[in-house]
Amino acid sequence: MIEFQNILPEIFLTIILLLLLILGVYLKNSFRLITKITILTLFFCIPIIYFNFDNQIYVFNNNYSINIFSNLLKIIILVSSAFSLIFTGQYLKRIKLDKFEYMILILSSTLGMFVMVSANNLIGLYLGIELQSLSLYVLSSIDRNSLKSSESGVKYFVLGALSSGLFLYGCSLIYGFTGSTNYLIINENFSVNNLGLIFGLVFVIVGLAFKISAVPFHMWTPDVYEGSPTSVTAFFALAPKVAGMGAFIQILFIAFNGAFTEWKSIIIFISVASMILGSVAAIGQTNIKRLMAYSSIGHMGYALAGIATGTIVGISATLTYISIYVVMNIAAFTCILFFSRNSFYFEDIRDLGGLSKNHPLVAACFCLILFSLAGIPPLAGFFAKFYIFKAVIESEMYILAIIGLLSSVISAFYYLRVIKIMYFDQEKEKFDEMSGLGMKFSLAASTFLILFYFIKPSFLINLTEIASKVFN
Amino acid sequence: MNEIPILTLTTFLPLVGVLFLFLIKGQSDFVNKTSGYVAILTSSITFFASILILINFNYLNPDFQFVEQHDWIFNFVNYKMGIDGISLSFILLTTFITPICILATINSIKNRLREFLIALLLMETMMIGVFCSLDLFIFYLFFEAGLIPMFLIIGIWGGERRVYSAFKFFLYTLFGSIFMLISIIYIYFDAGTLDVEKLLNIQINKDYQKYLWLGFFASFAVKTPMWPVHTWLPDAHVEAPTSGSVILAAILLKMAGYGFIRFSLGLFPDASVYFSPLIFTLSIIAIIYTSLVALVQNDMKKLIAYSSVAHMGFVTIGIFVFNKEGIEGSIFQMISHGIISSALFLCVGVVYDRLHTREISEYGGVVNVMPKYAVMFMVFTLGSLGLPGTSGFVGEILVLIGSFKFNYWIAFFAATGVILSACYSLWLYRRVVFGEINNLKIKSLTDLNKNEYFILTPLLIMTIVLGFYPSLVLDLISSSVDKVSNNMMDYIKIVDLKK
Repeated sequence: MIEFQNILPEIFLTIILLLLLILGVYLKNSFRLITKITILTLFFCIPIIYFNFDNQIYVFNNNYSINIFSNLLKIIILVSSAFSLIFTGQYLKRIKLDKFEYMILILSSTLGMFVMVSANNLIGLYLGIELQSLSLYVLSSIDRNSLKSSESGVKYFVLGALSSGLFLYGCSLIYGFTGSTNYLIINENFSVNNLGLIFGLVFVIVGLAFKISAVPFHMWTPDVYEGSPTSVTAFFALAPKVAGMGAFIQILFIAFNGAFTEWKSIIIFISVASMILGSVAAIGQTNIKRLMAYSSIGHMGYALAGIATGTIVGISATLTYISIYVVMNIAAFTCILFFSRNSFYFEDIRDLGGLSKNHPLVAACFCLILFSLAGIPPLAGFFAKFYIFKAVIESEMYILAIIGLLSSVISAFYYLRVIKIMYFDQEKEKFDEMSGLGMKFSLAASTFLILFYFIKPSFLINLTEIASKVFN
Repeated sequence: MNEIPILTLTTFLPLVGVLFLFLIKGQSDFVNKTSGYVAILTSSITFFASILILINFNYLNPDFQFVEQHDWIFNFVNYKMGIDGISLSFILLTTFITPICILATINSIKNRLREFLIALLLMETMMIGVFCSLDLFIFYLFFEAGLIPMFLIIGIWGGERRVYSAFKFFLYTLFGSIFMLISIIYIYFDAGTLDVEKLLNIQINKDYQKYLWLGFFASFAVKTPMWPVHTWLPDAHVEAPTSGSVILAAILLKMAGYGFIRFSLGLFPDASVYFSPLIFTLSIIAIIYTSLVALVQNDMKKLIAYSSVAHMGFVTIGIFVFNKEGIEGSIFQMISHGIISSALFLCVGVVYDRLHTREISEYGGVVNVMPKYAVMFMVFTLGSLGLPGTSGFVGEILVLIGSFKFNYWIAFFAATGVILSACYSLWLYRRVVFGEINNLKIKSLTDLNKNEYFILTPLLIMTIVLGFYPSLVLDLISSSVDKVSNNMMDYIKIVDLKK
């Protein structure tokens, strides 16, 4: 019984999820109520985790680990899930997607992510990934009347299933050569000379790289981002990346700590490829969701660069990067959801022409967000990149640092292009005024964090440093 | 006096103005008017604050003064500010030019005036911050953050090809400065600190100095701008609105010169000696090539922009001859170029506001209708070509003396630049001001109005005062320059001894 106390957040989420499912079935027109309960649940989970924040314990025969690292990631996941519902505002209602299943799916995928970041066992990780992914497949195709949405759902499902298969195959290899699926035992029985084991590791990395949409396993991302309803796209860009990155770090630094030289080169390749593709491929995009897709691929590249260093400093840089990335994307997608007129949501960036005249405040916020995504000081995005490159240079990987910074200059180009359209171009018709407290709050809060992060940057760094000490 | 963090106050004073500008509400006329007043008031207060610093400044002390230090990022970056004579002269230049820019803006820009003033005041904070900061990371932050307002200034209020120019400006400078960022991070791991004061006393590993120097050079060379990465400057100047050009020419370019003196010479003396031939070559090419290019320009602003590149060539030569005359001369040249080139841009702005063209061929015979303007323009043109009695002369002659001491050939080639600058400046003046009136529109021109007088007169006074009494600046920078140049001279001696 003692063990169950430690997974209180997961139990809490499960119970609420099941209750809401029942409630949704029996109550008609319960969408708003369930939305509110879901958001409250997500927020209420944060103090539960925070209560046992310093707890460091393995439960269920060392198969599930609770520590500061996983707790921090869970909080980030909760915040991003909650905000992806808050800033949705009237969107779901306007495009007639106000179905309560949406909330259930968000909750269940959040639960899956919890399992992903806490799992200390390959099977547990697989369960988490599947719980998360299955919910995401359904979410992306939730707009049944839209061809694009259905298409993106199917695309995501087929490719996702393939990557899960690869992942499982890798797990089976690892199990075969080490005799266990537990990270700690894998680490104990690990030997570098075992080629089969390295093969398994590669397959596992492929599976996880797919989940965080790192190149060369990114092909689904632009299509799925574009096809899914915007609020779902926003969710895709936020929480699953955090969870995937968490699982990545856990598996590489606990189970395969001994194989550092082996996975280092793979991660460096993935990271460099993602950074370059993310910056180059986005240049030609005119759809803002596709643009954000490539942008997120690029950002994952930077986050992976921190992991590639294989040091504690690198992990803490990656965590910092991911946290700031989440804030920036919350802000960016709030703006994207704002671009609507008479329930029609604009996705072409050329429709933003003259936004600075019609909606000066939103334009100023979006401008700051884009500069931050491009990594221009003194905004938060600069600090995020800075920590990564600090860690990279500390590990004397100068080429990686130079490539990363060069691609950040290239990526500045397409962010600037959006700013150019908003500020320099002819104005178009006005968009609808921002309605709903949720959007205003999420835009104001996230922009505030981005703009004033430089006043006290130590807070986040200290937190991530403590969290990454888990891997010492 | 030491208790009050005067440098921080001066740096962030313009932001207070920005805050007020955000709060103004009402009719657009009212907003424009009030925001004008707020901006002028803020920038004047900033100017007085910098005068206050000057009064309390100890001329004889070559070390950093008014030092403030606070923890910022744990164990890594300290918020540290402090100035010596060199920085103070640039701070004064910044606070002196900004109010003039704001006045010029209020006259010429009607569209989104408030936003423009916000951008200008933001720029002022960043520029003062660059000259005050004594921590490499803080320096980088200020250095880069200036890109955002400048990008918007060029892009929103610029001319026809503004988008192209704004992008070029932004990407060029960003590209240059990432190498500086890598160098800064490396210095942190090599020396364990980013505190400039400490770094100046630490020997950075000689094997890496060259790479680090190149990293800083990449950034400063783009910003200076040096040949062959100068191409963004003519575009940015031509398309930027008048006050944008002024800020760009007067202060933004000086950040790089300042960076060369403070960081390249200070932190990497070995590498600076090693690479000085490179600098000389690039600078001489810049002086001769861009002067020739300036000769064939049809656009007034473009001509002045190319002349800026040539003048900055003098500056870099002066810095890298390492002797006192050279460095003093280049600082003086930067200050004087800051004043004169901004005046020239403002002069172009005066006629541009009336005729809306910058084509030289459209003008001619302006003296007949605008005699007072012609006089003003003449003084600044003569200053630009370095006539004795104007500030331009002092800087050029000091640089030439310095380079003569170092190497005759460098001085010889640099001196050709003086002749060429006389050619293009005088020719520009002749074509615009003298000659027959070819264009009917010229006849309808009116002479300078009160406001324009008010803007140009302080610049005129400064040009002549500095020309006759250069000690005003030279005394201020003398002891700090002594320190830098003695340091370098010691190095050269050591290198010679080893040979």
